[in-house]
Amino acid sequence: MAGMKETDEVTGVDTTGHEWDGIKELNNPLPRWWLWTFYVCCIWAFVYWIFMPTWPLISDHTRGYLEYSSRANLTESVAAAQERQSVFLDRIAAAELEEIRDDADLFAFAQAGGRSAFAVNCSQCHGQGAAGSVGYPNLNDDDWIWGGSLEAIQDTILYGIRSDHDDTRVSDMPAFGRDELLSREEIRDTAAYVLSLSGSSSDAEAAARGQEIYVDNCSACHQEDGTGNQDLGAPNLADSLWLYGGDEASVITSINTGRGGAMPAWNARLDPVTIKQLAVHVHSLGGGE
Amino acid sequence: MVDQVREQAYDGGGGVERSQATAVNTAEQRSLYQKREKIYPKSVSGTFRRLKWFILGLTLSVYYLAPWIRWDRGPNLPDQAILIDIPARRFYFFFIEIWPQEVYYLTGLLIIAAISLFLVTALAGRVWCGYTCPQTVWTDLFFAVERMIEGDRGAQMRLEATSWTGSKIAKKLLKHSIWLVIAMATGGAWVFYFADAPTFLPQLFTLEAPFVAYATIGVLTGTTYLFGGHAREQVCTYMCPWPRIQAAMLDEDSLTVTYRDYRGEPRGPRRKNTPTENLGDCIDCNQCVAVCPMGIDIRDGQQLECITCALCIDACDNVMDKVGLPRGLIAYDTLANVDQSSHGGKARIRLLRPRSILYMAILLLVGAVMLVSLVSRSAVDVNILRDRNPLFVTLSDGSIRNGYTVKILNKDHDAKDFRLTVEGMNDAGLQVVGSEPEALTVKSDRLASFRVFVTLPKGGMEDDSLPFTFVVTDLSTTGDTRHDSIFRGPAR
Repeated sequence: MAGMKETDEVTGVDTTGHEWDGIKELNNPLPRWWLWTFYVCCIWAFVYWIFMPTWPLISDHTRGYLEYSSRANLTESVAAAQERQSVFLDRIAAAELEEIRDDADLFAFAQAGGRSAFAVNCSQCHGQGAAGSVGYPNLNDDDWIWGGSLEAIQDTILYGIRSDHDDTRVSDMPAFGRDELLSREEIRDTAAYVLSLSGSSSDAEAAARGQEIYVDNCSACHQEDGTGNQDLGAPNLADSLWLYGGDEASVITSINTGRGGAMPAWNARLDPVTIKQLAVHVHSLGGGE
Repeated sequence: MVDQVREQAYDGGGGVERSQATAVNTAEQRSLYQKREKIYPKSVSGTFRRLKWFILGLTLSVYYLAPWIRWDRGPNLPDQAILIDIPARRFYFFFIEIWPQEVYYLTGLLIIAAISLFLVTALAGRVWCGYTCPQTVWTDLFFAVERMIEGDRGAQMRLEATSWTGSKIAKKLLKHSIWLVIAMATGGAWVFYFADAPTFLPQLFTLEAPFVAYATIGVLTGTTYLFGGHAREQVCTYMCPWPRIQAAMLDEDSLTVTYRDYRGEPRGPRRKNTPTENLGDCIDCNQCVAVCPMGIDIRDGQQLECITCALCIDACDNVMDKVGLPRGLIAYDTLANVDQSSHGGKARIRLLRPRSILYMAILLLVGAVMLVSLVSRSAVDVNILRDRNPLFVTLSDGSIRNGYTVKILNKDHDAKDFRLTVEGMNDAGLQVVGSEPEALTVKSDRLASFRVFVTLPKGGMEDDSLPFTFVVTDLSTTGDTRHDSIFRGPAR
């Protein structure tokens, strides 16, 4: 294949001496800009090997003179971020909840921190926008079973509801039907009366019959006018909001089997500063008392 | 190279110096595969050279001095007339102050620049390339330094051919040092557009300036030195896209630097004892080639390497004066005119053509749109974000509440108070978290964000969505900014 080098007549350029089926290859040099770029890249590569981590070894890799590591960079920037946050975190730890709410800087910081803690820990039940769903309270509205003040919210988060913590909030609504405390008819009448408390349409005669049953069995916790009692965790039955549904069937089910949602105690899982931020955030959603 | 070194001046007739200059950068002469042949453009004097010196002085003065112009904007604001304030995200240009979200002004400015370039090119060819392009201006400056130290074309070529003596080394060292100083000053001036120049200058020298400033100066020093001192015509021939694009704006009525071949050809030297009656006006003295910074021969006709610097016009006019022939063998002319004249027709310049009228119309339109938007732009910007989760909240009394984030941007230099009201809803309750709807204060140059709750009593909605309008009233000017939004409730 390699034959004699010769000079091509048309271009005046030497051939490489290679020939395939009569086709000869011209020996044009590489463009200079290309060649120089190539040389510079080679030099750059050697310099890079020296300074940066480059070659894989069996259980490790070469570290390079600069010992660059993106993982170390991340650790550093996380530490730096925590360092910057600690100014606020320390102040929040020392402050009362009301002080946090009234200080513009602390409030903004607590809201941001609370929002992200909420997304990680609370949104699974209460929803990303804290709008809740059946059995899981909406935290945006002004209806609070255990109270909507900053302290009440903080207590609920700390100790949970019907949780395994000693200080947990707990109340026990009897299952009037299942435990045969009331008959089916009595339950239906009571439901009619409960619905009438909030002005919902119901059978007036049944409601009249149910009033007495309500006063005897329910008013101890839910009050005679149905406005409930936050100390006992008894929901307000006279407003427009229903945690378990406001139609007749849902109310009958509630009386029949009782209700009692559960929420974990967060005091062991989250630090006090995070819980304070959560309380401030939840309080600021629009229904805080 | 060898040809150039043998360059000798000899008499071409009529006392004109004749040059054996080769047009080394013409498409036929150069090859991708060979080393660049250095061009040694001869110095020349004349009308266009004077014009170019003037434009060089003007453009360099603007570049170096513009950051030092002061413009009083009041307390706590930069007093630099032209300033790109990256940390504060503002662009100041005399009385105009542009925020990042108004970057479309920059788009408009770029469109105007592009169309102006099209228009000028359609009318008078590559005026930009020949006179005002930074590559041309700085290369011209570098040429001037080179000639000052090494002498003109012939001297430079002789110096190149000699061996390395002390004086050659000294000259080269001096030349490259001055080039580097110019290059560094170029990069140095650039950073002043991004910081307060009078305070930044001492910081630069005391090494207190940020690293990015030194990096910028370093890069610009490198590119200026490389492009102005070494790459020169190669930047225009290989790197720049404009020579390839500009042909689309040119037509036969565009003025360009043109060799009037009907007058010049057949070319030939005037020699004693040689009949000259069959020869054209071109005496083939090659002066046009010798002065060309691009290393081409204008007599080959239009070519993309030509930046129309017009120095060959000066060179040829000087020669024509000496040999007693009329000036203008090489001149600004149109291809249509050259064609007409070669048939004895009448030459005329057509400035108003569909192409130029179209470019002017676009220019006027874009300019007018920008002017109107600049004059009518408000110092207040309102943005309203509706809560999407939850869409609405039912309250214990059955009323419906929607949440909004109202963002008010105050571009004024004084704090402003605003009043927020809603229109298009009866009985709507309005509540702003942390302040009163009647007095929302926004600090100067700030964006303030307010949480707003709008509440409708039970039964206040006939449908599940209700359009209404937020009205933000600037209490200092009582000007209104209106923003349409929607109130949502449960599905019916």
